[in-house]
Amino acid sequence: MFKITGKKQLTPLIYSLEVEASRIAKSAKPGQFLIVRPTENGERVPLTICDYDAEKGTVRIVVQIAGVSSNKICKMNVGDFLCDVAGPLGKPSEFMDIPYEELKNRRYLFVAGGVGAAPVYPQAMYLHKAGAHVDVIIGARNKDLIIMEDEMKQACSNLYICTDDGSKGEKGVVTLLMERLGNNYDMCVAIGPMIMMKFATLTAKKLNLPITVSLNTLMVDGTGMCGACRVSVAGKTMFACVDGPEFNGYDVDFDEAMRRQTLYRKQEQEANAAAGLEFKR
Amino acid sequence: MANKIDRVPVREQDPKVRATNFEEVCYGYNAQEAQLEASRCLGCKKPRCVDACPVGIKIPAFIHQVLEGDFRAAFGTISEDSSLPAICGRVCPQETQCEGSCILGVKGQPVSIGKLERFVADYAREQGEKAEDCHKQSSGAKVAIVGSGPAGLACASDLAKLGYDVTIFESLHKAGGVLTYGIPEFRLPKKAVVEKEIQNLLDMGIKIETDVFVGRTVTIDDLMDKEGFKAVFVGTGAGLPLFLGIPGENLNGVFSANEYLTRNNLMQAFSKDSDTPIFQARKVCVVGGGNVAMDAARTALRLGSEVTIVYRRSEKELPARAEEVHHAKEEGINFQLLTNPVEVLGDENGWVRGIRCIRMELGEPDESGRRSPVPVEGSEFDIEADALIVALGTKINRLIADTTPGLETDRKGRLVTTETATSRKGVFAGGDVVTGAATVILAMGEGRKAAKAIHEYLKG
Repeated sequence: MFKITGKKQLTPLIYSLEVEASRIAKSAKPGQFLIVRPTENGERVPLTICDYDAEKGTVRIVVQIAGVSSNKICKMNVGDFLCDVAGPLGKPSEFMDIPYEELKNRRYLFVAGGVGAAPVYPQAMYLHKAGAHVDVIIGARNKDLIIMEDEMKQACSNLYICTDDGSKGEKGVVTLLMERLGNNYDMCVAIGPMIMMKFATLTAKKLNLPITVSLNTLMVDGTGMCGACRVSVAGKTMFACVDGPEFNGYDVDFDEAMRRQTLYRKQEQEANAAAGLEFKR
Repeated sequence: MANKIDRVPVREQDPKVRATNFEEVCYGYNAQEAQLEASRCLGCKKPRCVDACPVGIKIPAFIHQVLEGDFRAAFGTISEDSSLPAICGRVCPQETQCEGSCILGVKGQPVSIGKLERFVADYAREQGEKAEDCHKQSSGAKVAIVGSGPAGLACASDLAKLGYDVTIFESLHKAGGVLTYGIPEFRLPKKAVVEKEIQNLLDMGIKIETDVFVGRTVTIDDLMDKEGFKAVFVGTGAGLPLFLGIPGENLNGVFSANEYLTRNNLMQAFSKDSDTPIFQARKVCVVGGGNVAMDAARTALRLGSEVTIVYRRSEKELPARAEEVHHAKEEGINFQLLTNPVEVLGDENGWVRGIRCIRMELGEPDESGRRSPVPVEGSEFDIEADALIVALGTKINRLIADTTPGLETDRKGRLVTTETATSRKGVFAGGDVVTGAATVILAMGEGRKAAKAIHEYLKG
């Protein structure tokens, strides 16, 4: 059992939770994720790690209500217990292999889509602290889905915000800002909805900019055991949970990955309807 | 003198009824039936059954106690060598082990040793019997067990009996490994059997920490250097599913048997109380011929699908236990033998619509001694299906080896051991992670061997 020690509502649909999980807090690295099982009958839900504090023994997760399970998690309060929190899972970001002193000579562009700002934060912070030049773009459909603006400012040199409807920051999609910023970076990292990562990759290709994406596929165990998360990367089948979650964007078959995400769409819709949840897509 | 009667049949749920539920197929013997079956044992002076048992249970002795109606003593006898008898009585391949070597089997039917073991274990559990514990003779040093599957549980049990302070680390949220996520409820009930046997271990003082993925959450070096574990047993199994490597295997509707079974067993997707979905297929094709293929097929059948098993050799070569094949047929599973899939066919939206297969014929024996299947040219045909479950085996997750410096592996990622000792001092291993995918009882046997080796190592 994992105690919730903090809760903050970031937007009408997005919550930040601080959870006691001392082993994960000690071992988590940028790029990794965890799995939460909220209740005894609950699903195993893969979630990104937004922050971790080894001394306090806590991790922070950011969750957007998108179905029955995420709704269960977001309805829990400080003092409640999550049944299970397992992790950290997946491989740490590639830049964790670069000697720390060398990072200060590097330039990174992060592209965060909506709740994707949460996993971008620890990566940007790590690189920013190491002295790298870090720029961050956060994009979302509207202002209600833009999160972590203030914290992100502390983790980068320049923060750019855009919304589809222009309700905050610039009106338009992230690729517009990517094009404007051009190829002034050693590496781009895009994390967000699959469709956003697909277009960010197409833009990066156009700019001849290397890009890493973090895939949020379906998963059950998250330890390499089930293969629900398999994706085609450079024509080879990979497991997002143990071979990823981060891959070279150029190599990912996004259309297949998006199609595979819809496998349980019908059951999800039925479950949402039964729980009285409604989502605009 | 042994009673020269036919083997006492075991009562089972009617095939038509059980095809629609997840209740246990086999009811097992009652006391009367067990005593009658026990009367068939010849009580051999040199019992071949004991030699054939990977954990060396004193079979004639416990059967004699059953015959005398002293079920409690019989449980004591079994418990000396096995910590999970209710499980082994259900899932061991007895026909190739104890029962396969029973002298009665030469001319007739062997003693039903598995069913007798199961009876004794079930009786003891229902009576609330606990295994006699502990001839504590050790220092109580801390030992870590990585993985709570059969190898880890058996190793932990023996070490606890020797007085060690044992902690099992499990990556999933529930202990049991394949007993929990893999083998279905109708063959091995979870609450009534698996959880109870694991509870017995907890009652012995063994600790189980779930949600710890060793290699990521904590490393073996951390456990030894920072957490004071004097020895580690690695029993992480062979968990990574193999896929076919044919076109279309990432279409929507293609699953590993691991995924399909995990959703249904560990996550209880068949229950309406569970939040975890499972794919509701009309027609399911299962590729493979082992126990896992039978389990997946029979699970799909119970979830309402019409099921066909596709296997590339003939019935004789099916690696599954004869009992499982028999049960599957009784329940109405179709078999397409000497058949191999060559392509998964998809509709315009990328969902499975069928499996293209080719007929096979048996050629020369290969290195395993089985005749190897050869495709019959031009014999392709399509099977209509909206789901394909792949049950072709598993390979080893390299995480432990990759995160533990100095741990030697072979080409296939298996840990290299000498008498269960790995290349790292104080680190032992057994079960599928050493042998490659095998059976519950072999893994238990290896776990027990490792416990002995760890004891030798720790007492110096």
